[in-house]
Amino acid sequence: MKARVYVTLKNGVLDPQGAAVQHALGSLGFDGVDAVRQGKVIELDLTETDAVKAKASVTQMCEKLLANTVIEDFMVEIL
Amino acid sequence: MRSAVIVFPGSNCDRDMAVALERASGVEAQMVWHKDASLPDGLDVVTIPGGFSFGDYLRCGAIAARSPIMRSVIDFANKGGHVLGVCNGFQVLIEAGLLPGALMRNSGLKFVCKDTEIKVETADSPFTNAYTKGESVTYPIAHHDGNYVADAALVERLRGDDRVAFSYRDNPNGSSADIAGILSENRRVLGMMPHPERLNDPELGGTDGNKMFTSLVEALVNA
Repeated sequence: MKARVYVTLKNGVLDPQGAAVQHALGSLGFDGVDAVRQGKVIELDLTETDAVKAKASVTQMCEKLLANTVIEDFMVEIL
Repeated sequence: MRSAVIVFPGSNCDRDMAVALERASGVEAQMVWHKDASLPDGLDVVTIPGGFSFGDYLRCGAIAARSPIMRSVIDFANKGGHVLGVCNGFQVLIEAGLLPGALMRNSGLKFVCKDTEIKVETADSPFTNAYTKGESVTYPIAHHDGNYVADAALVERLRGDDRVAFSYRDNPNGSSADIAGILSENRRVLGMMPHPERLNDPELGGTDGNKMFTSLVEALVNA
């Protein structure tokens, strides 16, 4: 079973990298980009076969390591 | 003063830290590998040096904060032990939950490496008793992720409890309220981005950093 974790900055946390990417898109002529937020995607291969248990376990992984919940939100997808 | 320096793969200020501790105390610092399960007995202070532990993978300090030795460091701190984290060491202490807030990419997105004027915000701690509140010192900074993020409530709490140890005169990285270093609630854990251990000899350009280590000796040995 595979899981995919999306880690993004919380709303209200300034994202200087996202702002730089937005600026660069503007320089390339892509108009109409109001905001860019940069995050990360983490893919995990799990031995667990029960989707509910897998999601609970990956959620714990996020809280303990994969995300810094002071500044980041996360979303877990079981594939 | 019996001290230890925790060494991770990618630490690069560990020897500077050891030299600074030894010069101030006259006792050789013990180097402790991150895979060790426990700290040596009888330590007065544990230091976490600067560098790029585990290549800054995932988040700066995130992997180091979960390494075997850190459980002992957290226990040591929770029992009232003194812990100093500089630069990557500050990032590790935050990731380990010993200090509040977060350290993010510098607001200017560039790695900043230069001497920086730092204001001493409190002399009331084992790390800063040799300073005068409000005095300026010059410490090098060298980091890509030193942008201290704290919401308004946390900044107010840190200030109200006199836990901001150092602030930048000219904010180089976008840190909330110009904060350069903070203390734990019991004032025995200090995390800071600037490097006092790198300025301990006239041949290195100055000796402003000595006060940090003479403060510790004063608090832990002479007091």
